[in-house]
Amino acid sequence: MPTSATAPATVPKQDDRLKPSSSLRRALLRPEVGATVGALALWVYFVVVAGDSGFLSMRGTASYLEVSAELGILAIAVSLLMIGGEFDLSIGSIIGASGMMVTILSVEYGYNIWFAIVIAFLVSLVIGFINGVIVRWSRLPSFIITLATLFIIRGLTIAFTRMITNRTTLGGLEDVEGYESAKSLFGSNIPVMGVDFPVSIVWWIVLTLIATWVLMRTSFGNWIFGVGGNEQAARNTGVPVHRVKISLFMLTAAAAWLVSVIQVINSTGADVLRGTQQEFFAIIATVIGGTLLSGGYGSAIGAAIGALIFGMVRQGIVYAGVDADWFQVFLGGMVLLAVLINQFVRKRAMGGR
Amino acid sequence: MHRLTRVFLVLMLAFSALIPFNIASAQESDDLRFVVVTHGQASDPFWSVVQRGAEQAANDMGVTVEYQAPTTFDMVAMSQLIDAAVASNPDGIVVSIPDASALSPAIQGALDAGIPVISINSGYETSQELGLMLHVGQTEFEAGFGGGQRMAEEGVTNAICLIHEAGNAGLEDRCRGFTEGLAESGGTVEQLVVDLNNPTEAQQRVEAALAANAEIDGIMALGPTGAAPALMAIEAAGVSDSVSLATFDLSPEVLQGIQDGTVLFAIDQQQYLQGYLPISLLTLYQRNGNELAEDIIQTGPGFVDASNVDQVVDLIEGGTR
Repeated sequence: MPTSATAPATVPKQDDRLKPSSSLRRALLRPEVGATVGALALWVYFVVVAGDSGFLSMRGTASYLEVSAELGILAIAVSLLMIGGEFDLSIGSIIGASGMMVTILSVEYGYNIWFAIVIAFLVSLVIGFINGVIVRWSRLPSFIITLATLFIIRGLTIAFTRMITNRTTLGGLEDVEGYESAKSLFGSNIPVMGVDFPVSIVWWIVLTLIATWVLMRTSFGNWIFGVGGNEQAARNTGVPVHRVKISLFMLTAAAAWLVSVIQVINSTGADVLRGTQQEFFAIIATVIGGTLLSGGYGSAIGAAIGALIFGMVRQGIVYAGVDADWFQVFLGGMVLLAVLINQFVRKRAMGGR
Repeated sequence: MHRLTRVFLVLMLAFSALIPFNIASAQESDDLRFVVVTHGQASDPFWSVVQRGAEQAANDMGVTVEYQAPTTFDMVAMSQLIDAAVASNPDGIVVSIPDASALSPAIQGALDAGIPVISINSGYETSQELGLMLHVGQTEFEAGFGGGQRMAEEGVTNAICLIHEAGNAGLEDRCRGFTEGLAESGGTVEQLVVDLNNPTEAQQRVEAALAANAEIDGIMALGPTGAAPALMAIEAAGVSDSVSLATFDLSPEVLQGIQDGTVLFAIDQQQYLQGYLPISLLTLYQRNGNELAEDIIQTGPGFVDASNVDQVVDLIEGGTR
């Protein structure tokens, strides 16, 4: 009937509390909204400033997506951990340690690279487990515990590498057994319109989807929000707090391992300083993505978009023709801007209720 | 407001979907634009001299230069910067190559895109393998060789080569070159390895070596970090008159030592040239089709000694040495 077709446009006035909130408004309440708007604004900005110097080209897109993907893989895991109310500053040094382990085991000792990758994975999990256990057992802030393990792991990496190889960088991974098959999984390129897009972008997207599903649709996801929001309340309702938090630390360590494998495969070698400062960049991406530093609130998609913003800024300044001297100023400015937009959009969306 | 927001979002999406990815780089312009990507961080005084050289060349030639470097010694980030530089389609790229395996793919990408590349500072071998236009830098062996010849001229016959980083291939090359340079006039060299992180122990090692062999009349330190403890050891052993000290690279202590007469000379790789020359050569290549017949320009070894130290100190304050 003609009358019912136009009905939704003229909803009769009713009690405010019963008014169904529009899907747009509900969407605006999501933590990642601010970051999404920020990312779009940033993209438009670079298109205006540097669109004609390669930022818009497929090659330019691939270059910032690659940076975003590697940071994004870390940031997704970090967002889960931060929603769970903890920090992990040791992931940067785990990248160095794990990459060196893979390279030393396969290049120096001649093991198949897959064996080396699995060993590095197990060691990373153990490091994550130890981080988690010390944090839970000591009741000290994870910030300080993992700051300590950051230095310990980095130091051990340098010491062992020097002891075994007498060097601090090691190459030659392209000649070891199993390299080709490992490359197809971690380091291959997917041609899109004639430009190679690294497969790490796929890892990034798939892990974002999995993490989001876990957070939104599983009881483990609920537990993460629970232990981050109010640990005591979570414990009282029967959430296995220790297990949740320790497994989150193992998750961030595993993410660091994945990034390290992608990096050593692509660069066919490792150096002991790989991953320096990545822990901070991952936290920055996560916070830009709307996750609260205090825990209990956040999203994995937001972290992925935060990483996208970071990648666009990092690579975008090359296209904008800005000297590297200004990168950190630029980065800080963008972080501030993104967080402010984030805040503004969220307040705006909440304000109407 | 509601509608507006929605319209805005829809427009944004449409905008992002509609803009074709291939409108880029259709820019027609006579202005040449070069990108320099190095591993030198902004805070490193060595690299700020390189950057100044590149900027001066850009001024003199009337071209644009952009200088990029990762914030930490991060070869992955550096290779990604090279990727971005390639995608920005410049008229030439200048890179340093401290890690051949990590950076070669990105540099190869530049060559595949038809962009001329000049390498600087480190990576002469990689530069040759990849077939780059030119390398501008100091090769370690030749620098050591020049240092050996120079020491022989000063009358040194039995020298110590002081290695402050065991396993650093570059330092070993310097030492090999030094040994052969001195051997040309019949001198001999023994190697001594000291720990960079423990200057006290390093000093004692040198003292012990001097005491063990009274024939020693020269020490070649492979960097200022080795020169400082060697200087203290010579003074502590009271052999300042009979043992000459020389070193690679400049530092305030080394320059002071040259002014005081306690350091004979320092080998200077003149990194200003590593910034200046590639930009001017790339400009000539693009404007005039000029290409050098050589595949390397040696910017070192240059020597700083009592004859020119005052001038160098002035220039360092100006940021060009």
